[in-house]
Amino acid sequence: MSRLTHMFNHPATLVVLLGLAAVFPFVAANEYQVYVMALAFVWAIAVYGLNIITGYCGQLNLAHGGFFAIGAYAVAILTADHGWNFWPAFAVAGLAGAVFGLVVGAVSLRLKEHYFAIFTLCVGFIIYMLLDKWDALTHGPLGIISISPPDGFGFVDFTETRPFYYLVLFFLALAVFFTRRLSASLLGRTFRAIRISDDLAQSLGINLMRNKILAFVISTVYAALAGGLYAGVVRFIGPDLGNFMHTFDMIAYLLVGGIGTLMGPLLGTLLITWLTQAVQSLEEYRMIVFGPLLVLLVIFFPKGIAGSYQAWRARRASREMSADQRPSTGHDSGAGSTASTPGTTRAGPNSSSNATAAPAYAHTKTNESAGDSKGSGNA
Amino acid sequence: MLDIRNLTKQYGGLTAVDHVSTVFERGAINAIIGPNGAGKTTFFNLVAGAAAPTSGEIRFEGKNIAGMAPDAIARAGIARTFQTTMLFEESTVLDNLIVGHRLRTGSRLWDVLLHTPRHKRDEAACRDKAAEMLDFVGLSAIGNHMIADTSQEQRKRIAFALALATEPKLVLLDEPAGGVNPGETDGLVALIHKMVEHDITVCLIEHKMDMIMSIADRIVVLDHGAKIADGSPGEVRNDPAVIEAYLGAEHAQA
Repeated sequence: MSRLTHMFNHPATLVVLLGLAAVFPFVAANEYQVYVMALAFVWAIAVYGLNIITGYCGQLNLAHGGFFAIGAYAVAILTADHGWNFWPAFAVAGLAGAVFGLVVGAVSLRLKEHYFAIFTLCVGFIIYMLLDKWDALTHGPLGIISISPPDGFGFVDFTETRPFYYLVLFFLALAVFFTRRLSASLLGRTFRAIRISDDLAQSLGINLMRNKILAFVISTVYAALAGGLYAGVVRFIGPDLGNFMHTFDMIAYLLVGGIGTLMGPLLGTLLITWLTQAVQSLEEYRMIVFGPLLVLLVIFFPKGIAGSYQAWRARRASREMSADQRPSTGHDSGAGSTASTPGTTRAGPNSSSNATAAPAYAHTKTNESAGDSKGSGNA
Repeated sequence: MLDIRNLTKQYGGLTAVDHVSTVFERGAINAIIGPNGAGKTTFFNLVAGAAAPTSGEIRFEGKNIAGMAPDAIARAGIARTFQTTMLFEESTVLDNLIVGHRLRTGSRLWDVLLHTPRHKRDEAACRDKAAEMLDFVGLSAIGNHMIADTSQEQRKRIAFALALATEPKLVLLDEPAGGVNPGETDGLVALIHKMVEHDITVCLIEHKMDMIMSIADRIVVLDHGAKIADGSPGEVRNDPAVIEAYLGAEHAQA
């Protein structure tokens, strides 16, 4: 394996993280902490979805919370009003995410950049309005109570916190696993090519609409399944779930953790969730803490935690490699040394191709698969 | 190879490309020159499918491709580079090139999620192609460098490699030597000759006259969207209409 391989993406690291997550319920101080962690995992799954369309494919989807709500309401309506069991309702939630994602995506992805973001903001608001006003289907502002929990297997009872925690952990692991596969694949590369530029991607023979819609539908399925799990654990939902605040929360998780990275969604979600818990006593004043923190983070770590770490690793590895190669090839002796000061990485040539002003998310063009060029020139 | 008939593109009242007809022969280096705003890049965009022509035909190997989507044209065998190179700053040179061969592969979502033999095969093919093209443009030694650390000239070569990874029969190069110093320009000229040797037809837009006159087999001159001359460098150089377009009417008469 190449030295470029990032620690965060290394299978061993993932196994260690999974192990830590597995023992968490036994070291947690109380059941409440396990519950908070399970909910954080649910949101993290949705953020993984947002990462695919916004992080990898570069399309800022502001309706993401709406798709989360669609999944939650699908489970709620089918179990509470129609007497379904949780699992078939959960499957329908995923299907609903795909169908609505396909319809919304096919229309909204005709728009580019900011226009797409604004359009999806409106879609998110329409979803919220429907949840709030369509009494016959959604019970309006009253919300839906007595949602069925996931049916257990044998001795396992998912109405208890711990079993549910492990159930959510299972789906989270699945979400990370699929994201990892996707990111390292030709499809992930296709999505990232679209993020660089629509024109470039098309000139490489990439069908823009088909690939953007695919990324969008994958992301909405993640969101809807996460919403379905949310309904199963909280067992009460109201139209507020479709409030666009949830979308902005998820964007904050993604930015803090590292947009377009594999572990960013999880890191950001956990960090902010537990920070929120820590400053719970401040109540509404806690935004006084969060606001400046977020501003500082965006200024000094625009790639988020995972993104900044990966960029640092990739840079170091690339420098080591060029140092190794220099004596043997003698080619391009200047390039390695000009890059040796990490602080100056984005200077010079970079500005030419990033000339267009872009919102904060677009600046964080990282590429976790930078390390994928394994065995290609390891001197 | 490329047979263009009465190609026209209008933007509202402005005619950016005005009834241009020309033929690009296989294996030749064709150049398009003209003053700023002559419609050169628009002409490229029409051929590459980035914009649909208002009227006219573009026959590529006998098939009319006018108005086809750019990705379909890329699959048909026309690749292009852009005036500004667009690459992934934070990833390695080699890593940037792998996606270039994606259009020749067929892996779908299920192949990716299940990591089927097909995806393994496709991925290997894309990596091989990336390495091959990196070698072709002479940058094998910097495959592991970050894009952010490469020079303007290297970026031009990487952009060539990316376009070539699509396995084109015709490449459209938009200012291949823009922002590159004279010594490096010679290297790029050699690379363009190498493409032709490998049976790739080249069409380029360039402002560097010395380079154009030495490299091109055929030159098409555009002015205000219309073709004013078409021929060998020697013919075009002495054409009064060309001199007038570039230097003004007085010089032409003098």
